[in-house]
Amino acid sequence: MDIAVNTSQSKYHVNEKGYFGNFGGAYIPEMLYPNVEELREQYLQIMADPAFQQEFEQLLKDYVGRPSPLYFASRLSQKYGAQIYLKREDLNHTGAHKINNTIGQILLAKRLGKKRIIAETGAGQHGVATATVCALMGLECVVYMGSVDIQRQAPNVARMQMLGATVVPATSGSKTLKDATNEAIRDWINNPVDTHYIIGSVVGPHPYPDMVARFQSVISEEVRKQLLEKTGKETPTYVIACVGGGSNAAGAFFHFTDEDEVELIAVEAAGKGVHSGFSAATSQLGRPGVIHASKTLLMQTEDGQIVEPHSISAGLDYPGVGPFHAHLYESGRAVFLNSTDNEALAAGYELSLLEGIIPALESAHALAKLADLPLKKDEVVVVCLSGRGDKDLETYIKHLK
Amino acid sequence: MNRIDQLFSTKGQNILNIYCTAGYPALHDTVTIVEALQQSGADMVELGMPFSDPLADGPVIQDSSTRAIANGMRISVLFEQLKDFRSKVTIPVVLMGYLNPVLQFGVENFCRACAEVGVDGLILPDLPMDEYENEYRPLFEQYGLHLIFLVTPETTEARIRKIDSLSKGFVYAVSSSSTTGKNKDMTGQEAYFARLKAMGLKNPVLVGFGIRDKGTFQAACASSNGAIIGTAFVKAIENSTNLQADIAGFVKGILA
Ligand SMILES: Cc1ncc(COP(=O)(O)O)c(C=O)c1O
Repeated sequence: MDIAVNTSQSKYHVNEKGYFGNFGGAYIPEMLYPNVEELREQYLQIMADPAFQQEFEQLLKDYVGRPSPLYFASRLSQKYGAQIYLKREDLNHTGAHKINNTIGQILLAKRLGKKRIIAETGAGQHGVATATVCALMGLECVVYMGSVDIQRQAPNVARMQMLGATVVPATSGSKTLKDATNEAIRDWINNPVDTHYIIGSVVGPHPYPDMVARFQSVISEEVRKQLLEKTGKETPTYVIACVGGGSNAAGAFFHFTDEDEVELIAVEAAGKGVHSGFSAATSQLGRPGVIHASKTLLMQTEDGQIVEPHSISAGLDYPGVGPFHAHLYESGRAVFLNSTDNEALAAGYELSLLEGIIPALESAHALAKLADLPLKKDEVVVVCLSGRGDKDLETYIKHLK
Repeated sequence: MNRIDQLFSTKGQNILNIYCTAGYPALHDTVTIVEALQQSGADMVELGMPFSDPLADGPVIQDSSTRAIANGMRISVLFEQLKDFRSKVTIPVVLMGYLNPVLQFGVENFCRACAEVGVDGLILPDLPMDEYENEYRPLFEQYGLHLIFLVTPETTEARIRKIDSLSKGFVYAVSSSSTTGKNKDMTGQEAYFARLKAMGLKNPVLVGFGIRDKGTFQAACASSNGAIIGTAFVKAIENSTNLQADIAGFVKGILA
């Protein structure tokens, strides 16, 4: 495993100014400048350090359990008439892809001499992954979580607390991921010296979108090797991943962007329907603007006020996408589809019954689009199964009737 | 001459700049408040354009923004309200806001409207310095608008110099690294203010964040050209039933 350390190996990756095409940058107030600048100056250098890479790889292997399996889902394949592989990020320690990033960032934070870690979380997976690495490294951890999400993802709140983290409810706005992110940024403004902010997705000011994508790029790096082993070819026909902020999709797409024959399918949350007024399908509903210090696509009113999104899945309930995805969308390199709450629930049940795997509701959004693709029997499809569904059992069961 | 420059050329010390969110507490209070502030002796007013996600603000200004948006405040409404305000108000007025609503309004449209109604300057905390320099500066200058940048105790000297060279009107010295409305005291900040003073910047310096009463105002003024009061004022008028009297009382409490 090696982390992609050179900038701009691909026209889809970040450029030296911190932009993906027209998107990205660092739209930060001066109060955040020293923090973000310190990170920008140092992240590539730190990530390129062999000692850092060795520690990162060791932890991914022994602590997270990587490489995560690429599982050939035979009954699912039969049903949809294609060769469907699931990238099992759900089998990672803590149950989702989020830990790939938190391991990377905690090692970085240590090298920057930080003593205190803050994070935002939606589904709680990133919060748990952050609390976990903080326990591992003995660092103080504060996680901001929307008060609505605290209710719908209660098991993860308990896990964070057991891991020694302080969970602070975000009570402004829609009381979900966007607001938790605001609160985490405010905390960082108020603690400019000793604190590192572990952002959980490919969002926020440069260098976060690039840094998080690089830590998550281990997903597609492994997929290539595993496909070669299993199919004799490194590239599939399709890579499908759900997009909240976009980190699991960024990781799953990262090493495929330059091969045009690989179709990249990003699946957003349509909520109750794209045009129902209760949706989080940013590429369909958004326009370019600035959210959380990044120029990207976001859902907003005509006046530029950020709109409150809706998704049954807390991890996708975000009114923006990362700038990498905005660029993939604008350039047409990736196809953006969306799944409704009900489609995702049905796909979650289907995978449970066909393969014995209960997926996270987020990941179920990606699975739900298998039904919509014009698949052919010998086509290879990789679905990023970004997380497991334990945290969503209550929601699944509530909708069983 | 820009009204901000005029002010500093006639009165260099103890400048009192008061922040209020436009459209708050009620939608059509904006101009009433600006007038009352002028009458009460404030030297300058900073009007906040409310944003749904004000990252640099604490709970009080967040709540005022939420309320103003719910009242119906938006940039086009604000310009409508300010249409004739220059027939009554002579003190400088700067607009403060986050970048996204301005981008959606259109930066050139925005600058033109500011010039038409008689706005003197802008504070856009999340507009990056190099983007201003490379994209927007000629536009702002064409419309005679002063862009005011922030510095903090963590800002390096080289960067302060760069900020000073790009800023016009004044430099906004954030008193401590914090969101708005934190009641940190001003002791311990002397070294920072002294450092700023010793740098001999081309712009005057106003201190903001945490200035809330006579004591903190005077402490800030001791080593700068004046100070900006936001949260304390927003709180003071939250439930006001007599804006003129309450504003006069507030300003008197600071200046008397
Ligand atoms: C299992 C899982 N998948 C996906 C996501 C969405 O995040 P991203 O789009 O950054 O991968 C989350 C977020 O909480 C998650 O927990």
